[in-house]
Amino acid sequence: MPFTAWSKIVKDPVTIKDPLNREAAPRYRGFHDNDVDECIGCGTCEAICENEAIDLVPVDGIETKDGDSGLRPKIDYGRCCWCALCVDICTTNSLRLTNEYTWVDTDPDNFRFVPGVDEKDWYEKEDGWRKPVPNYHFYGQERVEMEELPAEARGDSFIEFVKGYSKDQAQQEADRCVECGICIGTCPAHMGIPEYIKTIRNDDMEEGLKILYDTNPLPEICGRICTHKCEDVCSVGINGDPLSIRWLKRYIADQVPSEQYHEILDTQKIFKGDTKIAILGSGPAGLSTAYYLSLLGHNVTIFEKLEKAGGMMRYGIPEYRLPYDQIDKDVDYILSLGVEIKYNTDVDAKMFKKLESDFDAVFISTGLHAGRSTRIPGSDHKHVFQSIDLLRQITAGEEIMVPEKVVIIGGGNVAMDITRSMARLQKIKYGKVQTLATSLESEEEMPADREEVVEAREEGAIIDPGWGPKEIEIVDGKIKGLHVVKVLSVFDEDHRFNPKFDEDNKKFFDADMVVESIGQAPDLSYISDELKEKLELGPRGRYLLNEYNQTSVEWLFAGGDIVVGPDVIHGIADGHKAAVGIDNFLHNKKK
Amino acid sequence: MINKFLGFEPDKSKLPSATAKIGADLDLSSHKYQKIWLGPNHPGVTGNMAIELTVEGNTVVNAKTHVGYLHRGFEKLIERRLYVQGFPTSIRMCVAEPDTNEYLIATCTEQLSGYDKAVPEMAKWLRMLSLEMARLQGLLRGVPGQGGTFALGLGVQWGVYLRDLILDRFEELTGARVYHMYIIPGGVRGLLPDGFKERMEDNLMDIDDFIIRIRKLMFHNSVFKTRAKGLARITPEMVDKYGIVGTNARGCGVKRDVRKDEPYLHYDKLDFDPPTDSDGDIYARTWVRWQELIQTVDLIRQIMAKMPAKGDIKAQMPNVLHWQIPKGETYVRLESGRGEYGMYYVTDGTDKPRRVNLRGPSYTHAIALLEDLLVGADVADVHAIMVSLQTCPPEIER
Repeated sequence: MPFTAWSKIVKDPVTIKDPLNREAAPRYRGFHDNDVDECIGCGTCEAICENEAIDLVPVDGIETKDGDSGLRPKIDYGRCCWCALCVDICTTNSLRLTNEYTWVDTDPDNFRFVPGVDEKDWYEKEDGWRKPVPNYHFYGQERVEMEELPAEARGDSFIEFVKGYSKDQAQQEADRCVECGICIGTCPAHMGIPEYIKTIRNDDMEEGLKILYDTNPLPEICGRICTHKCEDVCSVGINGDPLSIRWLKRYIADQVPSEQYHEILDTQKIFKGDTKIAILGSGPAGLSTAYYLSLLGHNVTIFEKLEKAGGMMRYGIPEYRLPYDQIDKDVDYILSLGVEIKYNTDVDAKMFKKLESDFDAVFISTGLHAGRSTRIPGSDHKHVFQSIDLLRQITAGEEIMVPEKVVIIGGGNVAMDITRSMARLQKIKYGKVQTLATSLESEEEMPADREEVVEAREEGAIIDPGWGPKEIEIVDGKIKGLHVVKVLSVFDEDHRFNPKFDEDNKKFFDADMVVESIGQAPDLSYISDELKEKLELGPRGRYLLNEYNQTSVEWLFAGGDIVVGPDVIHGIADGHKAAVGIDNFLHNKKK
Repeated sequence: MINKFLGFEPDKSKLPSATAKIGADLDLSSHKYQKIWLGPNHPGVTGNMAIELTVEGNTVVNAKTHVGYLHRGFEKLIERRLYVQGFPTSIRMCVAEPDTNEYLIATCTEQLSGYDKAVPEMAKWLRMLSLEMARLQGLLRGVPGQGGTFALGLGVQWGVYLRDLILDRFEELTGARVYHMYIIPGGVRGLLPDGFKERMEDNLMDIDDFIIRIRKLMFHNSVFKTRAKGLARITPEMVDKYGIVGTNARGCGVKRDVRKDEPYLHYDKLDFDPPTDSDGDIYARTWVRWQELIQTVDLIRQIMAKMPAKGDIKAQMPNVLHWQIPKGETYVRLESGRGEYGMYYVTDGTDKPRRVNLRGPSYTHAIALLEDLLVGADVADVHAIMVSLQTCPPEIER
């Protein structure tokens, strides 16, 4: 066919006249862009890059804070192969590739740049490679549900209702971790969270326990009731459920019997020196300080006001959340390191003065054991109780008043604890629950953990937030109920506590008994006036502490709820700091 | 002694012997023979490969293939990367049809980790589509390219233009033109964009037209016929001896096609019959490829018609950052444009493969077979013979 070769001679040329301005396909993998405000610098892009083309670098104007490493990815186009795995795994979906595909530059250094920070022409392009459609994930998005006893089964008993993970469940949950370590920075005790989660994947519980005890001598306790700041910032939680870090910690601690602790943690033999330290209060801060100080070879004596150790962990948190045998497991191990504890010893000002001469240093962590009152009319009635007193009495096994109708004022976790405890006691006594909790804060603002509110409702308690208590009505010496008015706002523009009410919108809650749970205060009466004068005050009227929790009186250290919190993990973090501070102090004193 | 790896003792007398043919006593000092090196950098050689020719006048009397100019250690690189990181490296092992490497890596990891059943239906069809598109773009270059070796360059220009249109479709579907990085362990990385099928159909119609024109241009061309007929003939007896696969085997009547012999993905749901010819020469092989061009266009149409409208594209898999695969080994193969293309994959329970070994058809075609076929050929036909075997040096030395 001789003319076949000529058949296209009259056709237009097929080449594109201006290839540089040809628009690439909407999905084209061109050059990187990063929404630096969305990005948290978790570094999963760096972890998955097969060419090691990505480095996380500090960037001007982006501060390190909780949930943000302060770093941003820097891409090296000498190494990048544009596979976009970095985009596909991005936990925040902030990283993308635009569909720009030509870039001419004479300076080779420009080809290493921080997307979203260094100015580039292609950021305005909307198209480009983004993470594909839903159901395309590089790690599990959904949390492995923790099994709990149903409300019917747990409502009339103080038995622990969270069942704990099985091995399969724990490993499945641990698999979701991307090991970014954002959680480490946020955890007050800076626990090695990705490392101990890794030991679950490797089924190496002994290694896991070692990692836990490096930073936290109360893993059974924290594995149950930690306020888990880590989970709030978990990068996996940005587009899915955050990892159940708390339950995974509990899983490790639950797997190892206490008899093996000494062997695994290598504490059969600890050399003790001649230094003596007194600790006031055996709550998390006191126990944690005692633990690290005894490992450092100091002789520690704890003075505990109550019958058993644990402080608020035992006498504040109900048994259904934190069983006593689990507290004993953690506490007994710390005491077994040679820590002396004096129970039922209430240290007063006189005794405290003696401690100064008998011991080389004193650490105070006496917690917040005094309840705060609303001071509304009627709140001085004998059937108006402080939640913290009731919780202590329940733990101590004392008989408390359980009427048919109870109203609780407060929206925090302690309020939920007493609400759920009262609900249980009512269920046991009357077979039905008539407990109501009300708070100033609205449903969204309530400081209590969401799950606490949900579970309290499951157990039959009524939570009616957004009401301000006005008066407790008393007829013939008996409480009739609580008058409340609608709250318009709790905080003012400056985020200061300044509630505003709608006085016309009223409500009345029937009650035979009212429990106040609006916060606790410290009792520092053991500090003499003479000593008080020497102690410098810091912001908000608290004693000024240095980075090692040392007060301006050099032998006196402080920690726990009287300083920060209130929660367990901050207390443990204080323990780290105070133990190092006391050790340094004694070391320098010897010289 | 029984070979512990193979489980039997191979009969070595039946294997082709490299020394037998070199045994010809070629006395270079006689000035009767001359050595010519074709490559490693020569525009007529596919990739970086050298053929050491000993010629007597215009006739090749001995040929030796030299490789090693391109070695990048990709298999080893993959062995040092996580399972999910393997595929961007693997595609470089064969530039002509990179998707085949992606498919092999993905399928090996899926099989060994037990996720092969979890790959969604949609992903399987899309994998097939991308593999057939890869075959099509390879043939659009390969079929007219055979004419190019006989100085018939026009067909190549037509073909490369149409190939670019297919690359446009790849760009839409996968986000890249050549290194698509589309098939990932567990599925694929994107659904069909809106209007993709219509645009694809437009391109396929252009290709239909091209197929008719190239038939007239090449196969009715007397020069092409004269030079390609009878040249570098492969006989059916040689097929097993040399391990010849794909269109090279089908060109001499041995019907081998992994898509039919051991159907993978959904090839058993497609209606096709691999074309064959009986002559076994270059003309026959090119003719088989031309027929395969028609068939591939038809297969793409069938796939687009039969694939589901929507569905998941990726299975739920473990976290890619610490995905560990239990100890095991597998060999996965597929039918690439050049023939059976397989990967041997060993895992040892860690998060990285223990051994990755690619078995490409070019290893036998470009070394053992080519060296023998070149003997007696004209120097001017060396390129044609090499191209007709579809040699691809990157897949020989991974």
